[in-house]
Amino acid sequence: MAGAALLEFLLRIGDNTLILGHRVSEWCGHSPALEEDIALANTALDLIGQTQLWLGLAGEVEGKGRSADDLAYLRDGYEFRNILLVERPNGDFGKTLMRQFLFDAWHYLLLKALKGSSDTRIAEIAEKAFKEVSYHLDRSRDLVIRLGDGTAESHRRMQEALDELWPFTGEMFMSDALDAELVGEGIIPAPESLKAGWDEIVAEALTEGTLKKPADGYMHKGGRRGVHTEHLGFILTEMQFLQRAYPGATW
Amino acid sequence: MSSEWPLWEVFIRGQHGLNHRHVGSLHAPDAEMAVNNARDVYTRRNEGVSIWVVKSSDITASAPSEKGPLFDPSNSKVYRHPTFFDIPDEVGHM
Repeated sequence: MAGAALLEFLLRIGDNTLILGHRVSEWCGHSPALEEDIALANTALDLIGQTQLWLGLAGEVEGKGRSADDLAYLRDGYEFRNILLVERPNGDFGKTLMRQFLFDAWHYLLLKALKGSSDTRIAEIAEKAFKEVSYHLDRSRDLVIRLGDGTAESHRRMQEALDELWPFTGEMFMSDALDAELVGEGIIPAPESLKAGWDEIVAEALTEGTLKKPADGYMHKGGRRGVHTEHLGFILTEMQFLQRAYPGATW
Repeated sequence: MSSEWPLWEVFIRGQHGLNHRHVGSLHAPDAEMAVNNARDVYTRRNEGVSIWVVKSSDITASAPSEKGPLFDPSNSKVYRHPTFFDIPDEVGHM
């Protein structure tokens, strides 16, 4: 049934932007420089803004009267559909940027394809988000290159971040029967079809940043069907605290 | 880290403005990042359509101590203002 597959897709994309947005927002007030602090906060806000649109539409498609806020704050971990990459801990500034770059390159290609979705609601959200994400990619790519090709210390940190995060990149290109159904209806691009473009963007930046691309070995997966690492629970504990402790609280 | 980065002056041309106006300053390692940082720091509320950055150290300023000699003399030169022409009524408001 198309409704179920569509809902699943919207949760997957909306949870990616929600969890990554939350992760990035954890830097607010802690970045190495004021300028970076504001830039990261802007990125986090862009992602949370996109979440409102994706989860808002998810609630609409579900048809049970749940709002974007209900979906964000009142679901448990196993109901979240984000990929494992976005729930990885921030680590140092370099690791946060590497995670951002690996995600941005994929996010950029996904939104670019979604602009041509046969579902106009999705195409419209993608159109708006694409501009924001184009800038995210410009920025994270630039910083990955600079820090990769920077000092011995920054190079070491970026290579370590890359090696650690690489096994979490495979999940972006995995697909299941639900994806296939939406691909067939022209609503989304086939996840695996984004791989070649992603490889190209990533390889180019890594080469320029004098970083060594890790070999494609075992790839972690599970987030897309609700099986998460222990980190998601901690994220939700903090993110959902207010609504859990004071149900329905507003300001 | 910021202390190692040079200071840049930021000029933004607003939505309807004709000129770039000085809006503030920030730190960045080079010009390209200064533009990016300016975008993130100074155009968050839709303030601009164009950004200029220039290294603060590249700006040559007049010395505050010479304010008197530099600017006071023009105080008494009222004839430099175009206020002594009779404008015909037909011209209307200028």
